[in-house]
Amino acid sequence: MEETVVNFSGSYGKDPSGVPHLVAAPAKMTAENVTVFYGANPALHEVSMDIPANRVTAMIGPSGCGKSTFLRSLNRMNDTIEGCRVEGSVFLDGDDIYAPGTDVVQIRTHIGMVFQKPNPFPKSIYDNVAYGPRIHGMADNRDELDTIVLNSLERAGLLNEVRDRLDAPGTGLSGGQQQRLCIARAIAVQPEVILMDEPCSALDPIATERVEELIEELKEQYTIAIVTHSMQQARRLSDVTAHFHLGHLVELGDTARVFENPQSDATKDYLMGRVG
Amino acid sequence: MTETTETRFRMKERLKQRHKSEKRFRAYGKIAIYASFGFLAVLFVSIIYTGADTFRETKIELNVFLDPEAFGGDDPNQNQLRQADYNGLIKQALRTRFPDVTARKDKKELYALISSGASIDLQNWVAATPEYVGQTLTVRMQASDDVDQLVKGAVERDAPPRVRRLSDNQLAWLEELEADGVVSTRFNKTFFTKGDSREPELAGVAGAIMGSLYSILVCLALSFPIGVMAAVYLEEFAPKNKMTDFIEININNLAAVPSIVFGLLGLAIFLNVFQLPRSSPLVGGMVLSLMTLPTIVIAGRAALKAVPPSIREAAFGLGASPVRAVFDQVLPLAMPGILTGTIIGTAGALGETAPLLMIGMVAFVVDIPSGILDPATALPVQVFLWADIPEKGFAERTAAAIIVLLGFTCLMNLLAILLRKKYEIRW
Repeated sequence: MEETVVNFSGSYGKDPSGVPHLVAAPAKMTAENVTVFYGANPALHEVSMDIPANRVTAMIGPSGCGKSTFLRSLNRMNDTIEGCRVEGSVFLDGDDIYAPGTDVVQIRTHIGMVFQKPNPFPKSIYDNVAYGPRIHGMADNRDELDTIVLNSLERAGLLNEVRDRLDAPGTGLSGGQQQRLCIARAIAVQPEVILMDEPCSALDPIATERVEELIEELKEQYTIAIVTHSMQQARRLSDVTAHFHLGHLVELGDTARVFENPQSDATKDYLMGRVG
Repeated sequence: MTETTETRFRMKERLKQRHKSEKRFRAYGKIAIYASFGFLAVLFVSIIYTGADTFRETKIELNVFLDPEAFGGDDPNQNQLRQADYNGLIKQALRTRFPDVTARKDKKELYALISSGASIDLQNWVAATPEYVGQTLTVRMQASDDVDQLVKGAVERDAPPRVRRLSDNQLAWLEELEADGVVSTRFNKTFFTKGDSREPELAGVAGAIMGSLYSILVCLALSFPIGVMAAVYLEEFAPKNKMTDFIEININNLAAVPSIVFGLLGLAIFLNVFQLPRSSPLVGGMVLSLMTLPTIVIAGRAALKAVPPSIREAAFGLGASPVRAVFDQVLPLAMPGILTGTIIGTAGALGETAPLLMIGMVAFVVDIPSGILDPATALPVQVFLWADIPEKGFAERTAAAIIVLLGFTCLMNLLAILLRKKYEIRW
């Protein structure tokens, strides 16, 4: 890694392991005591952690451990779920996105999201990417919109494959292309943070590789938080890894350290393949 | 070892049975389909068989002398043209053709060969082209319905006069005219261009078609926007609580309310409280929209529910507000389903009779309505009205009106299929 390696005395949050962190970067987002309830049952208990800027933060853990729930609380996507309640605070550049009077729509333009299953709109490739800029009035005329769309597709590494069929339906692309289209769509509104909820779980290995390369490139410009089932993927891709277990954050630290020297028993078991 | 063989054998036997029962089940399914097609065929054949004759009408050509005396001179003004005794001219033409008929009773029978509507046709024609006054013209006139029935073969010629409703004299005159080659059957334009009448040969469905059309337009204009908005609100925005549950149950209840009850509601509210015009397509459409509304809401909610939640998430994730997400992404995807539900609901409303009876659309309306406030009747009500009249001409027209009604219903269902095909989204 190229970034300055320092003994970082602070922490990305309440790291239960207590091991100092090495990957230094200012926090783009900070979660403080985030507890999420579905109905009366808490699915996530008092999670506090930082999402460092221009880094890839991976959240791993077995199914139902709360990693996706945590990710969705970072852009208030949980608001759309009936009966879901979030306690605690999430700061984006120091502003609490759960503060009363916060515009959720505004928040989501800063924090984009890519979902598990590619979900392009059943419209043309062009319209898929142009939808975000259109609703936010980011382009004054067709030329500007064209520029945004082409740039986004370019950055998502899709432009060369679809250049001559921008009017074709986005749903007609292959799974991997669809997922990159969704990434292009998220980039088009110029977010600062991109949340990815198991973006490769519906893709074949080759498509997965393409998306991983893309994430690698995107972190230059964006802060990325990714939920993944694949420990290999977390290891390959991320700078920081958070391990969730039964709704608790049990391990948080530099990816290399978490995989080589896990501190909590739950993480040891999970990495050894004994659970999960 | 033996046990295994035995089990195998039993399994084999059982498999045979399973195949048999599958075959039996398929046979039942096929029988059910053929039976319903059979009934449908019987229905269509019987209606078309009864009604097909309506689409032809009998005309008799007579030489009519447009006597200037009847118009008060060679150069009559419009008023004189309107008020002339055209009936008398036709009677004179008949007397000229059959000079032997002199007795009063016989003359009356002779005049009855021609429809009473013929004089009105003649009047309209002469009023439009007054330059023919003073000349003798060959005019093709509508025959009376009894002649019409006989010529078209709906009544046997050797049937007793009481049954065929023509006296022996009348039959003889008719056959004389037929020998002249002046009796012909042609396409029945009257049926499609005229309103209701007491005379079968003059009765048409144009008034009923227009009444139905206006009612359906009013019904659509009210129920489609309200229904879609209600569905969108209930499905996408309303909180899930006791109140919305209550509303949902009641929408389902509304869909099951007998239609005549809606008619009574319309009578009590729209006519008595709001004092809207009785018998008008406006009120008819309003009552019908009460019935279509729950259908549209239910179909709309089902269509919205079928849109994958991932589409909403995608839009939310891009920072779309809930309203934008729904109107930009979700509603367009639900549209084919909503349209299908709407058209099926409207097709049901098109065939609805009972509520229209309650609000007075059952009146005898001769004029073709020219707006939603004019008194009108509707196609199914016209069928109901004509079905009540024993004359053979009306029995025939009842079936023909049913054919027209079914035609419209089929057209609407076809439209529903086409719309669904056109807007169907392939994922």
